[in-house]
Amino acid sequence: MKEKMVVQGFADNVDARNRKAMIWHVLFQASTIVGIIALIALMLNIINGAFGYVAYEARVDPDTLAVDGTSIEDQSKEQLVSLLQATLSRGAYNTLDKAKSFADRSREEVYQLVVERIVKPQVVQVWNLWQSLTQADAIRATVAQDHPEAELEFVSWLNADFVRRPQTSESLTAGVRTAILGSLWTILFTILLAFPIGVGAAIYLEEYASDNWLNRIIQTNINNLAGVPSIIYGILGLAIFVRTLEPLTSGEVFGLVDPSTANGRTVLSAGLTLGLLVLPIIIINAQEAIRAVPRSLRNASFGVGATKWQTVWSHVLPTALPGILTGTILAVSRAIGETAPLVVVGASTAISFDPNSPFSKFTTLPIQIYQWTSRPQDEFRSLAAAAILVLLVLLLSLNASAILIRNRFSRRM
Amino acid sequence: MAELSLKNHVEKKASAINLRRKPRWGETIIQSLLFFSGFFSIFVTLGIVYELGKEALLFFQMPEVSILESLTTTKWQPHTGNFGIWPLVNSTLMTTVIAMLIAIPLGIAVAVYLSEYAKPRVRNILKPILEVLAGIPTIVYGYFALTFMTPLLREIFGKDVVQIYNTASAGLVMGILILPLISSMTEDALSAVPRSLREAAYGMGATKMEVALQVVLPAALSGVAAAVIVGISRAIGETMIVAVAAGAGPNFTFSPFVGAETITGHIVRISGGDLSYDSIDYNSIFALGLLLFFITLALNIISQTVVRRFREVYE
Repeated sequence: MKEKMVVQGFADNVDARNRKAMIWHVLFQASTIVGIIALIALMLNIINGAFGYVAYEARVDPDTLAVDGTSIEDQSKEQLVSLLQATLSRGAYNTLDKAKSFADRSREEVYQLVVERIVKPQVVQVWNLWQSLTQADAIRATVAQDHPEAELEFVSWLNADFVRRPQTSESLTAGVRTAILGSLWTILFTILLAFPIGVGAAIYLEEYASDNWLNRIIQTNINNLAGVPSIIYGILGLAIFVRTLEPLTSGEVFGLVDPSTANGRTVLSAGLTLGLLVLPIIIINAQEAIRAVPRSLRNASFGVGATKWQTVWSHVLPTALPGILTGTILAVSRAIGETAPLVVVGASTAISFDPNSPFSKFTTLPIQIYQWTSRPQDEFRSLAAAAILVLLVLLLSLNASAILIRNRFSRRM
Repeated sequence: MAELSLKNHVEKKASAINLRRKPRWGETIIQSLLFFSGFFSIFVTLGIVYELGKEALLFFQMPEVSILESLTTTKWQPHTGNFGIWPLVNSTLMTTVIAMLIAIPLGIAVAVYLSEYAKPRVRNILKPILEVLAGIPTIVYGYFALTFMTPLLREIFGKDVVQIYNTASAGLVMGILILPLISSMTEDALSAVPRSLREAAYGMGATKMEVALQVVLPAALSGVAAAVIVGISRAIGETMIVAVAAGAGPNFTFSPFVGAETITGHIVRISGGDLSYDSIDYNSIFALGLLLFFITLALNIISQTVVRRFREVYE
């Protein structure tokens, strides 16, 4: 090759080399574009699933439930309650009353119950946004022909009611409130475990640890833990928090639960499991933030006679705090999106009541998405898409707050 | 007595300045708390090894299970007493290979483009976009695989060839997930290569592509290799994409268009229901978890060693 180049002269080769360089340039650029297209496809696909036409049939025609010409939408709470009492079996009515007495329920909730229990709308078919926009006429024709009884409606699966409503097994009335609250409860315990220990470990490694074998092992170990698959933490959580520490995590030692029904699959177990998962991430991020604090600041503090801890507490930590908080928020957003460890720890899926203590059973947003995605019916895929949008908005606002914190505090420095 | 000795002590101190360190109990307590926090991560690792090891041992002590049999047979059916590990390992490797076929070339190409070609303005726009890709929860990728990639594959290759659940779809989407991981690690390695090397090559009349591929990339090879190994480790441990899209039920097959359960997918499905303690299913997920832990740990250690041993150090 080289000899040829010399023989033929330099200029002959330049064109070919430039052409080759051009081709590679295009290839590199194309790869980057592929990455961006993937992101766009991902987003469009979710939006495509979250909106569209839905055709549903009511088990009982709402018009037949009208009293004196007032449809159920306009009836008062008392009328609706008596309707429930008249239609449902006594047992079913009493169960509902026991769960939350009808006196305490708002008119909106009672109306919800009437729709759920008596009208029972059933989804016949759903269409995604693309189909709904491009083939609206065909869809209308199909519905009119195949399901003359069915009502066709363009819905946004993501709406205010979807966020407010508890989880149910009916796709048209299902919501994610239970899941959102479950996620928040879980994250609370994750932070309570991982933040103090993580920041403590980072301070120890950066400020106190001398360079000996033990500290090197600790550092290597943390780096390795950051690479352990999340599902392993789930198995660890199942063994330690759910099983071994069951009396504690089920609330039995506090006398809150009957020992015979105690179950360690609680919000507390889940939060602690995720805490172990994000601990190495918090440590590594906090270490970086602490390392970025200039040496001179510490020396100035030592110079006026401060002890080590006084220096760390009043000079190093305040300066490193924005970095530590940013790192923690990023770790928390990782925890919020985590699904696999919680499936293993045993998130319940069919609960419709809100978690209200560390010892509640729980479901979380990603688990809800997983459950809906794995169901074969299309309407649950639409619910999954809407829940994904809720999750992404939650994560986006967390990340935005991380950026805000970084900008706000770094200006002061 | 005590008062007297204290007085003596104070007087003694006043006469000669004592430079010896006084014990500060507050400081000592705080320091030991901090040490405990640092040491806590060791407990986590020990906990993983101990708990997984203990239950895995119980698994292999069960009469239905023998290590030899599980390494030599190709059927994993807990209820009939078949525990051949290969169907699960095989599909794990298949999804990993498919993912890496996407993620390695694209990831390195993106890194080269961002670090060597892109203007700072373009780079500042593209980099955050790729970071968004890395921050999306994996369950969302699972949804994407099932509702976008699988229908796409079925459209291209025919519905009778491609099953609804298949390893190809899961692998391809996993490749998209791992792309930003590899590209950001590779980019870090590329930007650590000193300017002078590039300028020397340009001085010799090299084209941009020759500089990038023949000078910068070889100089950063250890970092690139580490990125690839970390990517592989991530792919093997990835769970939700395969749990949603790769299919339920162990299946020993080499066809990427057929459903087959991976190690992680199996763990998720088995533990999805209410798992009773000390059942064979319960113990088997610990054995599989231990296998997974050692594979990923080995890969991570190799990656760290590669960086340390083969790094080209420039002044």
